Amino acid sequence: MARAATTTDAFNAVAEPRRRELLDGLVDGERAVNDLVRLLGISQPQVSKHLRVLREVGVVDVREDGRRRLYRLNGPALKPIHDWVKAYERTWSERFEQLDVVLEELKKEEGDDSGE
Amino acid sequence: MTVASKRTATVTLPTDEQILITREFDAPKHLVYKAWTTPELVRRWWSAKRGEVTVAEIDLRVGGTWRYAMIADGGFEVAFHGEYREIVPNERIVSTEVYEGMPEGEALDTLTLTEVDGRTTLSILVQHTSKEHRDAHIASGMEDGLQDALDLLEQVAISLL
Repeated sequence: MARAATTTDAFNAVAEPRRRELLDGLVDGERAVNDLVRLLGISQPQVSKHLRVLREVGVVDVREDGRRRLYRLNGPALKPIHDWVKAYERTWSERFEQLDVVLEELKKEEGDDSGE
Repeated sequence: MTVASKRTATVTLPTDEQILITREFDAPKHLVYKAWTTPELVRRWWSAKRGEVTVAEIDLRVGGTWRYAMIADGGFEVAFHGEYREIVPNERIVSTEVYEGMPEGEALDTLTLTEVDGRTTLSILVQHTSKEHRDAHIASGMEDGLQDALDLLEQVAISLL
């Protein structure tokens, strides 16, 4: 059962499929632990273990509501992952900016041709 | 003349195996198609300002192949190749795509061009066969491939915008 440390950052925390399922389950809002247990179909100790990891890196927050513990997503902690997709998006954005320049020239050429 | 405003590409992850890239251009679709399929023109835009395009080969027919390569500013080569599966001039190109850094991960790309009032929306749907390959594709050309870190569905990432 020994595993590598998973609590160092958001990337490690979400590298585990069950924890991603938990995050997906929290996308629409707050949920109680029992709710998450039902959703994932695994035992409560397992769910609690994963929630603890997510909480340690700040990806989820928890609050007490009477006897229930309610978990919710903490968006800003996911930002590094968001940024990773953004880096890919940036590559395409820069590619497309260069394509804009090419297209402006093609439009101009076409305009010149039809003007003759 | 209209001045093209700064527009960014939108990248979303519709499913675990897909990447969807969209962008609008201030040009009719036949010109976008021309810029997309003419090697001399591809050489000018494909680098994404990150290096120099060294190869842009396009054999534009069903069963024909393509290969693009660039030397990134860091000195390493990034190359992709594939085969054309379907070609509808000015409208749609379906082709395979292999990132040569991960040759076993072949994707199927569908490029679609839609024109409204002289402006063209371009979309590329990249369909991988596994999430692992999809993630490697996203990491391609980046310094370190954080292979399996990303499975936050589109709604999570995009909700932060």
